[in-house]
Amino acid sequence: MLLIHCPYCNQTLPELEFTYAGEAHIARPADPSSVSDEEWRDFLFIRTNVKGPHYERWRHFHGCGRYFNAVRDTVSDRFLITYKTDDPRPELSKLLEKSK
Amino acid sequence: MTVLTHAFTPGPIVASGQVKLTLMAPVARFSLRLRAANIPAVSKAIGVDLATTVGVRAANGTTESICLGPDEWLIIAKPDDADTVTKVCADVYASATHSLTEVSAREVTVRIEGERASELLTIGCPRDIDSIPVGGGCRTVIDGVTVVLWRDAEQSFRMDIWRSFALHIIDLLCTGCKEFAAE
Repeated sequence: MLLIHCPYCNQTLPELEFTYAGEAHIARPADPSSVSDEEWRDFLFIRTNVKGPHYERWRHFHGCGRYFNAVRDTVSDRFLITYKTDDPRPELSKLLEKSK
Repeated sequence: MTVLTHAFTPGPIVASGQVKLTLMAPVARFSLRLRAANIPAVSKAIGVDLATTVGVRAANGTTESICLGPDEWLIIAKPDDADTVTKVCADVYASATHSLTEVSAREVTVRIEGERASELLTIGCPRDIDSIPVGGGCRTVIDGVTVVLWRDAEQSFRMDIWRSFALHIIDLLCTGCKEFAAE
């Protein structure tokens, strides 16, 4: 079982308490009526589908209930970092260096 | 449609053996949500501390609080005190905005105690039970159901279970007790 660190509870807890919530850092357009159909389609459906480190959202569903962000390697399932929703997107090169 | 409602009469469920299960008497429960700036005012009004670390509890007589999330607390009180809690919070609402919802009927509480109580919980709870300190608690999952677990002593727990899932979880815990008895 994966162990995931919840940045709000500050505890490393079993995967069963968490739910996956898609790719992170996808901002909803501030003024939806001004975007084109293609931009709206991209916002709704187009994802990066990375092989390797992936920025994604998780929710501590059976716990504090909070959404947070994580960087997980989609090949090895290893979590490089989890961080609060408001925190800036961590730089990938630094994370990879740290995980070595 | 036929709806069967269980009475949930308080009393022993498993009365002997290495782990005892007891359905506890009803209590008043409140879900409280508020921003950090308003914690002191609301905490003073209710008369119980509101910890800011998830899983930390506080008590004042029969009124208890547990921090379940960064902005969420569960308040437990005697059924007679329910109106008082509602009133004191309403009184400070103007200066300390918060959301207080009475959820007394939402859950039932089962006391799990006995020499192998923490071992019994591992039947469906993936969290490391030893990581919950005595006098602490947490919201976690058991066999797919969200529950609030309070650890009152090394081998004494309270589990708040939503009513509609309670029969299933109680049944699961009874199965665990039978397995201990059959060893």
